[in-house]
Amino acid sequence: MEVTITVNGTEYSRDIEPRTLLVHFIREHINLTGTHIGCDTTNCGACTVHVDGTPIKSCTYLAVQANGKSVLTVEGLKQGGKLDPVQEAFHEEHGLQCGYCTPGMMLVIKDLLKKNPDPTEEDIRWAISGNLCRCTGYQNIVKAALSAAAKQRESAAAK
Amino acid sequence: MYPPRFDYVAPTSLDEVLELLDEHADDCKILAGGQSLIPVLKLRFASPEIVIDVNNIPELQQIRHEGDELVIGSMVRHHVLADNPDLEPIFRVITRAGHWVADPIVRNLGTVGGSLVHADPRGDWATVMLALDAELVIRSQEDGERRVKMTDFLQAMFTTDIEPEELLTEIRIKKPSGRTGGTYVKLERRIGDYATAAAAIHLELAGDGSIANAGVGLTAVAPTNIKVPSAEQMLIGQQPSAGLFDQVADACAAACNPESDIRGSAAYKRAVVRTFVRRGLDEALAHAQA
Repeated sequence: MEVTITVNGTEYSRDIEPRTLLVHFIREHINLTGTHIGCDTTNCGACTVHVDGTPIKSCTYLAVQANGKSVLTVEGLKQGGKLDPVQEAFHEEHGLQCGYCTPGMMLVIKDLLKKNPDPTEEDIRWAISGNLCRCTGYQNIVKAALSAAAKQRESAAAK
Repeated sequence: MYPPRFDYVAPTSLDEVLELLDEHADDCKILAGGQSLIPVLKLRFASPEIVIDVNNIPELQQIRHEGDELVIGSMVRHHVLADNPDLEPIFRVITRAGHWVADPIVRNLGTVGGSLVHADPRGDWATVMLALDAELVIRSQEDGERRVKMTDFLQAMFTTDIEPEELLTEIRIKKPSGRTGGTYVKLERRIGDYATAAAAIHLELAGDGSIANAGVGLTAVAPTNIKVPSAEQMLIGQQPSAGLFDQVADACAAACNPESDIRGSAAYKRAVVRTFVRRGLDEALAHAQA
């Protein structure tokens, strides 16, 4: 089946089997391997991407469902050669250990900050409750999210 | 893991869906939010020849008020119900339950109708709809439309009254006239796990402060989600009091039939039901009186 999916602003047309999951399309058909497959059972959130601006678990979504839609993966966070504030904050606060859950965590936090620019620690913990960190490194992930929120508010205030 | 091979169709009208269902009844699966279906396909619990995607039919995604009924389209997603300021004042049990379904990312895709038709006894929505005496609108090409009471819909775990050629299109709930309060109280080992036990509570108050109507449902403590009519009858017509709520909580603990498993012993789950119903009644009353 012929599909056209926009990923990080670039249109990709491919002939795929209907059973192809979006995560397989992203990793194997267009070779963007920043999106990870963790549990493969909708539990861990490592495969989280945005489809038309909404975070979803791409291991539980058919690529054909994304036909004509716009997908954002971790590779699309960086804009104009500059890291996204969420990426900067993860770097500075060491919001990762092995890094496996990181793409999903960052995309969920990106979505949270869009809806709630000034989240509390509790808001952040609820927001990432569908993302598992196998290293249990949640403390620094939460710190990174708080720092990213502060960065975004500062840059918004500066404009 | 890949799902097994299937053909995929994404109709854009309800009539097309019903026609496809009529033609392929025994060889097809409806793709709603996919948050249960896709894992089921991966595990080869189902291998349909055709998957009918119903995500492109706007009328199934609407919430509207029609006369004295609230009408929720079967494809309304969990997060829409969870964060719904319009529903909060009349059916807080729905908005609270919405926050407990699965996890925040799954809630962006999963649908209320998908949950009801999947009929996992640990699902949350069936309990809420039992407590609210919801009616389900089911359509097929041949028989048109029929309505089924939620209490008649669930037949056994993963088994409902719906036929292979039928589609659940709407959930209809009679709107309360007076002050209402409700909540959904759930114990789970971690977010996204199935409930160890949960309780749905809905209270409607009369002008004199007595309980005019009550809905009580329980999750994961019987072979299906259950409604507890004995508890509801104890509440209706009475002035709310701590003593009454204690008795209702005891009645719920007695009415359920949990099994011992990795989430706890049957005795533990009964104790959770008693405590959670008791807390839920207090919370629902506080909101009704606020």
